Parts: sequence; C-alpha cells; structure tokens
Amino acid sequence: MAQSVAQPTATNPVVPATLPLKAIAPWAVFFGILMLILLYFVGAEQGATSVFSGTDVHEWVHDARHLLGFPCH
Amino acid sequence: MNSATVRNLLVRGMLAGLAAGVLALVVAYFLGEPNVDSAIGFEDAHSHEHEMEVVSRSLQSTAGLATGVLVYGVAFGGIAALAFCFALGRVGRFSPRATALLLSGCALLAVYVVPFLKYPANPPSVGDPDTIGKRTTLYFLMMVLSVLLAVGATILGKRLSPSLGTWYATVVAVAAFAVAIGLAYAFLPVINEVPKDFPATLLWRFRLSALAMQIVLWGGFGLVFGELAQRLLNPKPAAATSGRAVPAAH
Repeated sequence: MAQSVAQPTATNPVVPATLPLKAIAPWAVFFGILMLILLYFVGAEQGATSVFSGTDVHEWVHDARHLLGFPCH
Repeated sequence: MNSATVRNLLVRGMLAGLAAGVLALVVAYFLGEPNVDSAIGFEDAHSHEHEMEVVSRSLQSTAGLATGVLVYGVAFGGIAALAFCFALGRVGRFSPRATALLLSGCALLAVYVVPFLKYPANPPSVGDPDTIGKRTTLYFLMMVLSVLLAVGATILGKRLSPSLGTWYATVVAVAAFAVAIGLAYAFLPVINEVPKDFPATLLWRFRLSALAMQIVLWGGFGLVFGELAQRLLNPKPAAATSGRAVPAAH
C-alpha cells in the first residue's frame, strides 16, 4: 500500500494523500448506519417489514419506491 | 485535521446527493410518472376491489415522490462520500475529481444496474402482494452481494497490479466480478409476476425511465461531488485546469 501512496513528482503533483482509516471509521460507522436507516424507510418500511403500523409511510413514498426499483407491493 | 476533512467530505457528499436527487426528481416526474399513471390505470381497469386512498395520487406523484427520491439521494450521497474517503489515493493515482466520478460509475453499476438486471424495477400492478417479503429480501441480497463483490474485485485488482500491471490486473478483476455475478444470477430464484395482458411497451418504458433516473442521479453526484471534493482538497487551482496554463512537462 505504502508505495502506491502519493509521491509528488514534477509530472504528477496532484496525487492525493490517503485519509487514515482511524479518521474515517467513526464517521463511517455512525453515518453509515444512519444512511442505511434512511434507505430502509424509503425502500422497505411497511412493505416487507414494519417498524410503524399502518400504511402511511408506504403510501407516501409509493411512487418513489416503484421508480427507484424497490419491490413495492 | 483529518477527521475534519472526513466530516467536510461527508457534508459535501450529502449536499451533492441532494443536488443529484433534484436532477433525478426532474427525470422521475417527467419521464417516470406518466408510466406510473398508465400502470395504475391498468390496475384499476383489471381489479374489482377498490382500496381506499390513504395518500392521494396528486400528493404521491409530487411531494411523496420528492421525499423518496431526495432522501435516497442524500443517503447514497453520504455513503458514497464515506466510500470516497476510503478510495481516495488507495484505488490509484487519481485526482479527487476523477476518483469521485470513477466511484460514482462503479456505484451506479454495483448498487443499481447489477441488481436491476436480475430483479428489475416494476410499475404498479406488476407483483403479487403475497410475495413482497421474498422479493424485498432477494432485491436487497442482490444489492449487498453486488456491492461486496465489487469491493472484492477492486481489492483483487490492487493485489494483482504489482505482478500483472494495472491493465491486466483490472481485466482480471472485472472478469472475476462478471463470473461471480453470473453465478449469483444463475442460482438466485427467478421472479416473474407480470400479469398476462400487461402492455409490454409500458413495462419497457417504465424500466427505462427508472434506469434513466439512476444514471442521472449517479452521474450528477459524481460531477457535483467531484467538483466540491477537488476544491476542498486541492484549494489552489492546478495549472493544467486554468485557461492560460503553463505548458505541462508531459
């Protein structure tokens, strides 16, 4: 890995440095899960499984769910 | 400093995702909605039970559609920005802008196109309500599998590149991905719940409009996020990008 990391030279000065995994991990875990929860509510809530009872969430995002390719009903 | 960079990229990713979502929403409204309406017309003409409307059609096709598409854009924008933080400088010697566009292209394929070819988007009135659980599980399984295999293929390509060279390592990695996806296609169950007399042209147009949305979404995201990331990470405009560039050495 180390040799593929940025080695600024005269011909290629803009190769970016890598971001350390330690800096990425906390953001990735917290926001990764948050984003997946958002996708769940758009894509599957009140279809295959339900966190809230009823069909309001399903009906509200109905058209988006069909057009985004999620199985709807 | 580095943690702040990740945070800044994440925020920009979500904003770029929102912007890309707006573009996809335009496509969804003008290209997708007419097909949704036709499919609902087919459904009404062929079903005798009329369900009570919980949300009116005019809300579903505007505010409801916007909610779904924009949340989808922001969520995938955030995830893609985090993936970008990992990929930058690790996948190859690409600028932030090029890394962002490459990542978006791969995400379009892995997140959408590969699952779509096995389990394509369906308009209303296509699909048996009793199998929603099975169809949802298979769709998400296909999506997760495709993303994991794409990540695996990328790692394989990086491992092979010192011995095979970048070109052949990439060819081998892509071929390995294609074979693995082919096996998944072959072994996962087939779903075909299209009603017998459902118009084939409507199904085709619906699926094309769904695909067009995703191409606009990921293409827009790659360009907008790439621009934002480039400005954040390389604040000084590179000589090669300005109009009066000093001739580069190469």
